Amino acid sequence: MRTKLLVLAAALAPVAAFAAGSEVHLDAAGVDVTNKASLQRGAANFVNYCLGCHSAQYVRYNRMAADLGLTEQQLIDNLMFTTDSPHQTMRIAINADDAKRWFGVVPPDLSLIARSRGPDYVYTFLRSFYADPAKASGWNNTVLPGTAMPHVLWELQGIQEAVWAGEPNAAGDVVHEFKEFSIATPGTLTADEYDAFVRDTVNFLAYIGEPAQLKRQALGAPVIAFLIFFTLLAYALKKEYWKDVK
Amino acid sequence: MASTSPTKAGGGRLAALTAWIDDRFPMTRMWKEQVAEYYAPKNMNFWYFFGSLALLVLVIQIVTGIFLTMNYKPSAAEAFGSVEYIMRDVEWGWLIRYMHSTGASAFFVVVYLHMFRALLYGSYQKPRELLWIFGMLIYFLLMGEAFFGYLLPWGNMSYWGAQVIVSLFGAVPVAGDFLMEWIRGDYYISDITLNRFFAMHVVALPLALVFLVIAHLIALHEVGSNNPDGVEIKKVKGPDGIPLDGIAFHPYYTVKDLVGVGVFLIFFCLIVFYAPTLGGLFLEAPNFEPANALQTPPHIAPVWYFTPFYAILRAVPSKSMGALLMGAAVLLFVFLPWLDRSKVKSIRYRGPLFKFFLFSFAISFVVLGWLGLQPATPLYTNMARFFAVVYFAFFLLMPWYTSIDKTKPVPTRVTYHAH
Repeated sequence: MRTKLLVLAAALAPVAAFAAGSEVHLDAAGVDVTNKASLQRGAANFVNYCLGCHSAQYVRYNRMAADLGLTEQQLIDNLMFTTDSPHQTMRIAINADDAKRWFGVVPPDLSLIARSRGPDYVYTFLRSFYADPAKASGWNNTVLPGTAMPHVLWELQGIQEAVWAGEPNAAGDVVHEFKEFSIATPGTLTADEYDAFVRDTVNFLAYIGEPAQLKRQALGAPVIAFLIFFTLLAYALKKEYWKDVK
Repeated sequence: MASTSPTKAGGGRLAALTAWIDDRFPMTRMWKEQVAEYYAPKNMNFWYFFGSLALLVLVIQIVTGIFLTMNYKPSAAEAFGSVEYIMRDVEWGWLIRYMHSTGASAFFVVVYLHMFRALLYGSYQKPRELLWIFGMLIYFLLMGEAFFGYLLPWGNMSYWGAQVIVSLFGAVPVAGDFLMEWIRGDYYISDITLNRFFAMHVVALPLALVFLVIAHLIALHEVGSNNPDGVEIKKVKGPDGIPLDGIAFHPYYTVKDLVGVGVFLIFFCLIVFYAPTLGGLFLEAPNFEPANALQTPPHIAPVWYFTPFYAILRAVPSKSMGALLMGAAVLLFVFLPWLDRSKVKSIRYRGPLFKFFLFSFAISFVVLGWLGLQPATPLYTNMARFFAVVYFAFFLLMPWYTSIDKTKPVPTRVTYHAH
């Protein structure tokens, strides 16, 4: 009974549970899923950097290739590392128990990450890693503090350090606020290039979140056009019949 | 007189077939009684579109529901994945699913407007009390249908939303714990719960819903439709026994409703094709994460159509009192025919007191709905308390203000300007 009450209390006082996540400022990802070149680059980034640990288990390779304007051969040659049959979905070889032992958590499946958290969240997250010697992985993140994920893109971005405003007090408590990042060791990409790299990747994640969105929006216009025509016709018919009503 | 029955059309063979059926089943008689010679008031306005639209949405939900059921797997291990399978790999699956999820919200939009129409024009008053009660039972079933259906995608909001709503039954004295276990079929929301919710959602409730809709229509056609003047058209009949202010439902209202269907579908399709989540209002972002018994979503809120009642629940400090008031907020509608002491039905001839209370009620319903979507800050909680009082005042003070209100004289015939 007590746990049930706790559940209810948690539900009735969402303000308590609301603190995490909502205070962080998110940068606009500016995704555009109609940009096929960006989606193709994003797909390459994804299979090279993410798909080692994160699955996208609902995404089918050949469906993705067709949507991105790639041939099956291009798909096999460039984007398929974890399986050799294009009708498979993006699964990974890591055993969940191993992953839990190595990272503390199983890396989440990314099929729907852009739908559940939003593209801006992922975009800001991937640009907000900083070196933190206190963490087991050596990395921390301002968007998701204490994340188990190491900064797998550090060679591209370089090593960021977090600059904090305010000083630790006499007791040594960390009552500081995040101010900005500074690059301690430059990476192989400039800041702008790295942002573009992340944007392409997030664009791809936005696409795999809902592959139907490309078709959906294209189909909308003719459907609405037909319905407007239908409504006008129905209105003319109604007018004609209602002439009798005095 | 124009022929309005399709059974009369066609050649000798069709007529012979019609006669053959009519000897065995009252097909032509039913068509005439319920449609072609059902006389509806000629002055029914915009507010009268929503009944037929509710019927349309019911059909959309049943048809899309059947196709979803063909690919959906009601098990905790497979449910979430099967919905994504529908969204990605089933031919037109995304369209069927979005029509169903948009249809759920559309159902409540049209039903709320349909109910508000009844408040505007006193459609629940004598002799339509039973018609109103059937309608309210449909609304309760619809809430159940929405609640059971919301668990099926097995997203994290599905899971925690169900957890919260089931917990409400724990507020029942003595039997609370037993009730919660009985609903879940388990000690927590589990595979077993999902299975039984599926059974309720696709078999039990739709059956009851369809049965009640038929009863609602039979009751309507027995007493006749009300109208914006609240005048009983059956009181003034012509020599042929047809109400002077009545017109045949078919073709006049079938063609008129067709226009309503067109306009409705334009809005419906705009959402389905361009904004199926409607900014998290129709499909909530945390529900794109699979159910996780160990992690709540950052902010649990029900879908918008339950939020007015959710805001009332949250506004009360005591859990059992909150649950009680929330139940009362829903149930009070049933008693409207007896709370309303006015001799006048339509708002057109009501006095200023009723107009004031109805207007305040409508505002409080919308504001409470908005508040239910927000996190409960002290300011919002106090606002919710204020508007909850306004909400209940509409019902509880109704016997008083409707009996002293200064009403206007009601005409004997409906007001209608031919166009």
